[in-house]
Amino acid sequence: MKSSDQACIVGIGQTEFSKASGRSEQQLAAECILAACKDAGINPKTIDGMLTFDLDNSDEVDVMRSLGCKEIKYTARLPQGGASSVSTIVHAKRAVEIGFCDTMVIWRAMNERSQYRFGQPHFNLSPDAHSSTFMEWCFPFGAQTPAAWEALSCGPYLHKYGVTSEDLGRIAVTFRTAAASNPAAWFYEKPITLEDHQASRWIVEPTLRLLDCCQESDGGVAIIITRGDMAKDLKQIPVQIKAAEYSMYFNHEIISDFYAGDLIRSDNSEAVADALEKACGIAPKDTDVAMIYDNFTPQVLRQLEGFKYCGVGEAKDYVKDGHLELHGKTPLSPNGGLMGEGYIHGMNNITEGVRQIRGTAANQIKNAETAFLASGVAGAIIGRA
Amino acid sequence: MRPDPIQRIDTTFFWDACERGEFLVQKCEPCDKLWHPPRPMCPDCHSLEKSTQKLSGKGTILSWVRQVRPASFGFKESPFVILVELEEGLRFVSNFTGEGAPEIGMSVTVDFKKTSGGKYVPVFNKATS
Repeated sequence: MKSSDQACIVGIGQTEFSKASGRSEQQLAAECILAACKDAGINPKTIDGMLTFDLDNSDEVDVMRSLGCKEIKYTARLPQGGASSVSTIVHAKRAVEIGFCDTMVIWRAMNERSQYRFGQPHFNLSPDAHSSTFMEWCFPFGAQTPAAWEALSCGPYLHKYGVTSEDLGRIAVTFRTAAASNPAAWFYEKPITLEDHQASRWIVEPTLRLLDCCQESDGGVAIIITRGDMAKDLKQIPVQIKAAEYSMYFNHEIISDFYAGDLIRSDNSEAVADALEKACGIAPKDTDVAMIYDNFTPQVLRQLEGFKYCGVGEAKDYVKDGHLELHGKTPLSPNGGLMGEGYIHGMNNITEGVRQIRGTAANQIKNAETAFLASGVAGAIIGRA
Repeated sequence: MRPDPIQRIDTTFFWDACERGEFLVQKCEPCDKLWHPPRPMCPDCHSLEKSTQKLSGKGTILSWVRQVRPASFGFKESPFVILVELEEGLRFVSNFTGEGAPEIGMSVTVDFKKTSGGKYVPVFNKATS
């Protein structure tokens, strides 16, 4: 594909990440989208494509009303919770390259700490709606939170390879060390030690302590995507979406992934890694920065293996050997990730990938030319044109 | 007390059987394949004709957790949640209600527990033999 036809990320915007935003989710959405437009140097009225999560409470009408978007030609909402974060990039890339629209905005805005608690049981979920039929097989058995489903699904893997709580703790320490020098992070200047991790209370026995879990945050993040031909005239260095792929196999579920596969290998991520390399010639492990979705620490290990940073069962040693640290071979989420910076459902990891390519990040990785964005079933490789 | 099972059109047969003390699985009538969780159509032969099969109730624990914070809603004390690999090759999320703590690899057998609304759900205890 000619680079003039290829999708690029041209603008990023965000609100502050907090525990009580003090304003509506609709306002957070409008604010972060306006910030992304200003960053790109485009008029919000010219946005003609919109993408968000099916879990987002603001919608196209709200966004158009506040930002004055004249006409949209494309809109979609993606399922599967945080897995949709990088899925939005997969869809946005195809949509602008095909010509569904010229200027796509992706956003996620939520008061998931002050208005509702994302990590707590939700009683108002209809089992027939919002991909939640799985709740029927968990709720009456007392497995009622994302942490419980995650821990149950990861149990066989952790058991087979003898992954200890300390092994998981090292991942949390890596995120919090990076967050400590990122002024935008909620945990700015608040690093943790492995001892802090080991002393933190159980959320789900025998796997997840408090410091194995991402935050619950209030805030909004937006991204603007156009084709290369338009991107070259805008304010920022365009960040090309070199490849973006999605894969989900039969009988898998997202966080409650109990019924398919051997519960050891991550089939979906492996397929995505192969497709990315085939599409752009770059494997995830060969990029300069790894932005890997970190809802809970075990998920990082399983994705490192699924996306082929190391062999199956080797991820705990890959972490221990320091490869994910800021000066390591494949630095992990220099913003501090969803544990350290904030949990805007994975979208703030995408914007960090963009800053790394632009060379404007708080914890800038030297000469970063490519970054890998991952959320389990979806992955993307971005980089300089 | 334990929350009632959520029941849907495609799954009511399962929970009704629990009230009779039976642990059932969906069976595709033409091709004899067993499926859990239940679904309206056989993903192999695409038949809508379904019957049920009684399960042996024997299985092995693949994974276990206990939800500490927040505690499991509806329970006096958060139960041990287990993922069981049933003898028939299906996986099922349930509780370990035996003495002591569950262990990965432990052999278990089915039992039933009453819910707050008088329904029943299958749970598992350590196998005796």
